[in-house]
Amino acid sequence: MTEAAIEVSGACKHYGAVRALDGVDLAVGAGEFFGLLGPNGAGKTTLISALAGLVRIDSGNIRVMGHDVVADYRDARRQLGVVPQELVFDPFFTVREALRIQSGYFGIRRNDDWIDEILGHLDLTAKADANMRSLSGGMKRRVLVAQALVHRPPVIVLDEPTAGVDVELRQGLWQFVRRLNRDGHTIVLTTHYLEEAETLCTRIAMLKSGRVVALDTTENLLARFATHTLRVRLASPLDAELGALRQERGWLEFALERYDEVETMLRRVREAGGEIVEMQLGEPDLEKVFVGVMHS
Amino acid sequence: MTGFSTLLYKEVLRFWKVSFQTVGAPVLTSVLYLMIFSHVLEEHVEVFAGVSYTSFLVPGLIMMSVLQNAFANSSSSLIQSKITGNLVFVLLPPISYREFYAAYVLASVMRGAFVGLGVGVAALPFADLVPRSPLWIAAFALMGGAMLGSLGVVAGIWAEKFDQLAGFQNFLIMPLTMLSGVFYSIHSLPAFWQAVSHVNPFFYMIDGFRYGFFGQSDVSPWASLGVVVVCLVLVAGLTLNMLSRGYKLRS
Repeated sequence: MTEAAIEVSGACKHYGAVRALDGVDLAVGAGEFFGLLGPNGAGKTTLISALAGLVRIDSGNIRVMGHDVVADYRDARRQLGVVPQELVFDPFFTVREALRIQSGYFGIRRNDDWIDEILGHLDLTAKADANMRSLSGGMKRRVLVAQALVHRPPVIVLDEPTAGVDVELRQGLWQFVRRLNRDGHTIVLTTHYLEEAETLCTRIAMLKSGRVVALDTTENLLARFATHTLRVRLASPLDAELGALRQERGWLEFALERYDEVETMLRRVREAGGEIVEMQLGEPDLEKVFVGVMHS
Repeated sequence: MTGFSTLLYKEVLRFWKVSFQTVGAPVLTSVLYLMIFSHVLEEHVEVFAGVSYTSFLVPGLIMMSVLQNAFANSSSSLIQSKITGNLVFVLLPPISYREFYAAYVLASVMRGAFVGLGVGVAALPFADLVPRSPLWIAAFALMGGAMLGSLGVVAGIWAEKFDQLAGFQNFLIMPLTMLSGVFYSIHSLPAFWQAVSHVNPFFYMIDGFRYGFFGQSDVSPWASLGVVVVCLVLVAGLTLNMLSRGYKLRS
């Protein structure tokens, strides 16, 4: 891993008896596309809020590009662009006004060239002078992304950016975020759509009850926790015990560690007198890893 | 400084975009007070020697508008931003709590000043107003506006619902401003109510402001200035302390 974009060490946060963060240690390398996964209430949003200075942790410390988020909050916040989970907007302003104001908050005057570029990438140019109130939900979501980018932050955090977003916008958004990542931005993503995390993120942390319960490259996680599956449908049911994971509506499902076990399984079915009429081979996926990790 | 000046600009633009409601409406309310009270009382009351009741009333109305609107500006902006969630746009950038405070309070002072000027201009046909000591007028308007803008920050951050803010406004700010000698000299009150008025800081703001117009007042303008400065320092200290701790803003 190269230089750390985000370093979290020993982060704890209590709300009464609830431990929202219970000793989180985490490092995200510069230029990574990092996934932060976990069920509701696992502490993802608390961690992101602590990173952004919206939540103050009880103990531990957090750095963004080497700047402590409390002691050196001005520099830390300049390095960070956060797309919040809630669809929030200021109804008093147009899209362009909102982006100019946001630039000013980060100390940037006359940012129109960059604002125009972001608007273009997010397909918002035609709406630049529209009032925020008049935009659709998807458009408002895109403005939130634009607002997080006005100060060209090296680290971008997206907190469930695709919740309730249609397919077209989702694809457009990912294309844009991937481009930002290629251009060198570090991306941290939380999402409930595990297939998104699987295709986009190079490394993933899973949180549960305020703790990091898995942290590895997506590849390693898939290799370590997930198995391939072989599903076969038989012409008629068999009595023989074949070691199937489950059996339903004429389908038998087997778990495989490696692809070369397919041959062994098929032979076993044939030897027991089974006639295979259909067959499916399943890749390991993050959902299985997620369920496995959360229940272990 | 750009963070502060942008936040100030945003706060001013916010009320200016709806100035019909934020400046026009309070000016109209004050003119209605002026027309009704001056019509009813002009012949019956003389508070200061050689000053008509209508002329006496106008500075009080101006200052009352300054105070009420300074409070309304910061408090309504903050509670709206909190409830709609867009306060996050101000909390994520590298803006210090002092800049945050200064921007909200200064924008409130400006709204108060706009409304005050509006009331003053609208009152010209009714009364002869000659600002004798503009410095006193400016000092009390600025400090009064800053104190109420600051109280508005406290109320806007403390309140979680619009009705809590309305309670703060209707049961604290309104009575204190209405009972501060806007419509009368406290010398015309019974002793008990005179004593009560003397513990109302708003009385000193109105009385000092009025001194700037007539060179006459219920108490010395220096005493009023002292009270207003002390109150402003106390309220500003309380507000800055809340903001530095992130009270209800950064959990």
